[in-house]
Amino acid sequence: MRRLLAILLENEAGALSRVVGLFAQRNYNIETLTVAPTEDSTLSRVTLLTYGDADRIEQITKHLNRLIEVVKVVDLTDGDHIEREIMLVKVRAVGEGRAEAKRMSDIFRGQIVDMTADAYTVQLTGPSEKLDAFIAALGDTTILEVVRSGVSGIGRGEKILSL
Amino acid sequence: MTERLSGGEMLIRALQDEGVEYVFGYPGGAALHIYDAVFKQQRIEHILVRHEQAATHMADGYARSTGKPGVVLVTSGPGATNAITGLATAFMDSTPIIVISAQVPNEVIGTDAFQETDMVGVSRPVVKHSYMVKSADEIPRIVKEAFYIASSGRPGPIVIDIPKDTTDPNETFDYDYPETVSLRSYSPATRGHGGQIRKAVAALMRAKRPVIYTGGGIVQGEAGDMLTAIARMLGYPVTNTLMGLGGYPGTDRQFLGMLGMHGTFEANMAMHEADLIFAAGARFDDRVTNNPTKFAPDAKVIHVDIDPAAISKIVNADIPIVGPVSEVLTEMARLIDAALEEDPERIDRAAIDAWWGRIDRWRRTHGLDHDQRHRAGTNGAMLPQHVIQAVYRATQGEAYVTSDVGQHQMFAAQYYKFDAPRRWINSGGLGTMGFGLPAAMGVQFAHPHDTVACITGEGSFMMNMQELSTCMQYALPIKIVNLNNQALGMVKQWQDMQYGGRHSHSTYRDALPDFKALAESFGHVAYRVDDVGELDGVMADTFGPKHKDDLVFIDAHIDPDEHVYPMAIKGGSMADMVLEREPGRDDIREDV
Repeated sequence: MRRLLAILLENEAGALSRVVGLFAQRNYNIETLTVAPTEDSTLSRVTLLTYGDADRIEQITKHLNRLIEVVKVVDLTDGDHIEREIMLVKVRAVGEGRAEAKRMSDIFRGQIVDMTADAYTVQLTGPSEKLDAFIAALGDTTILEVVRSGVSGIGRGEKILSL
Repeated sequence: MTERLSGGEMLIRALQDEGVEYVFGYPGGAALHIYDAVFKQQRIEHILVRHEQAATHMADGYARSTGKPGVVLVTSGPGATNAITGLATAFMDSTPIIVISAQVPNEVIGTDAFQETDMVGVSRPVVKHSYMVKSADEIPRIVKEAFYIASSGRPGPIVIDIPKDTTDPNETFDYDYPETVSLRSYSPATRGHGGQIRKAVAALMRAKRPVIYTGGGIVQGEAGDMLTAIARMLGYPVTNTLMGLGGYPGTDRQFLGMLGMHGTFEANMAMHEADLIFAAGARFDDRVTNNPTKFAPDAKVIHVDIDPAAISKIVNADIPIVGPVSEVLTEMARLIDAALEEDPERIDRAAIDAWWGRIDRWRRTHGLDHDQRHRAGTNGAMLPQHVIQAVYRATQGEAYVTSDVGQHQMFAAQYYKFDAPRRWINSGGLGTMGFGLPAAMGVQFAHPHDTVACITGEGSFMMNMQELSTCMQYALPIKIVNLNNQALGMVKQWQDMQYGGRHSHSTYRDALPDFKALAESFGHVAYRVDDVGELDGVMADTFGPKHKDDLVFIDAHIDPDEHVYPMAIKGGSMADMVLEREPGRDDIREDV
């Protein structure tokens, strides 16, 4: 079961290492992890993508809550939510491939944010599946480098995660 | 008027303000500013150990026997890493200790400086929480938080890592010890859910084959009296885990003894056959449940614990209750009392009587006394059970007893009956050999006028025997009972039972010291006992007025071939036990 956890964490040195350490110690998986301070600079927000059955996710949530610096944990996949990931892809763009790369980027509503005589850097934002689809669609185009941010998520509607 | 104090002085003053009596520690370069602050005061007594691991177990023994956090002070690098085993021991058994580790100065952190170790990193998986002091003025707040976190909720060990520059005697600060703690991200439950408690009581009253199963949480959570009250009102059988012994009176008729891998036949059978298991302050450890998929097939489970993560971790709880056991049990007792007042027939007494009938038959089939009293060991050798029973008689069951890890630990748990909590002190979760002697020292510091016995084996004892020197320095009158079978008995037992008697590295050949001479060389009193007939005499001298102020070491040479029974059969249910040595497997080869 794919689960997206949102974690509010004290913005203190070492707090993130406790979260990451917990996953290693208890044999849980981290698929993606994003973290940054929130509008309240004393708090960081982590979005963590993991896989596990209901029992395992329950244990993960409980053990996260046991960490002193974890303020709140919410399983975003329990309800309606929005997921976004950002990806930067550097592709070879020479000859016929140059126009093809531009067209692909347009179809996926990407932006070319940097270019050289031989390469484009495409920025793409969206749910992870869209980014996967873009990589698959690139087909014969040579991918030089890919960097993905990992998933960020937020609940839909009135629901908010705060203190 | 606020005082101006250095970081080192603030640390010691904060410990004083927390009411700390003893600090167990060992000095070193990065800790010297702190040690100077220790020198300049009298309110806290510093105990100089011989190895930092022992300091952590002393603090742990102090904490387990009093409920108050034990405090350790070590230097950076090896001082800090030597404390790790003690932290892990305290973490697994949820005991409150605070390890203050000195650290190299801030400006050299990360440069692989002399005696530098990332203590916060190394200790992370085995602490409840840890702190790295960044500037001296944080010290009072951090100490306050550390004591609060260590001893509240599910207790646990805390590390405070202090870089040397933050303890500089030349930099002083206004000292102001905070009165309260404010932690928005930490608020342990203070009471159980009322609806769940009512459901639990209703289920308890309907049960036909109930068992009350309790663990270390009852001891740590000061809930022994409430547990006893509930058990008496209901008339139900009670079993304790290794960590929970003393939580319910061990000599009571309703007590089935310890359960689990080496638990009694009746306790394990009752668990397996139960229709309701009321678990309180216990965590369904694998040493209790055996194979969780075969665990108590007919039982509904009520589970009370302060830690939500302990609930439904191994065995699914039908009625989970998160809260402090003392509060939850108090509320349950009130509801049970009211229900029985209203209708004494609420409980199906006929069913409970029939249940007791079955339990009593199990007791008669294989009680712990089934043949030990009259049986002699191989070639008439003294049995370890005889020694424990002699200690029990000589101390009238009132001693604080610590143990190490292995066969002797199980014999002590089986044969010493604890009627009060905090009397039985052992490393249950981590199983730390070398725990017994230093833990006994911590207990003796906390209870200078009480009898403290350390039941150990020669393997475990040799892991921290250097502390005999500390015992001499501080005149600790501990009584050490060494069950000497000249082997790592539990390892050897498993090798006998599962590895065809191939004793791979579980014996030392003839390399053991003369323990009597060894203890005497540290200035202590020592006896060697080989014959069961001498036991009571030696015990009377040891625990009587003759050696009231002496540390006495009894080197009891026991049957090297004795096994601990019952023993759970791996992968089976709780009802699957080996009850005695199988015929035809008595011939243990002498040397393999």
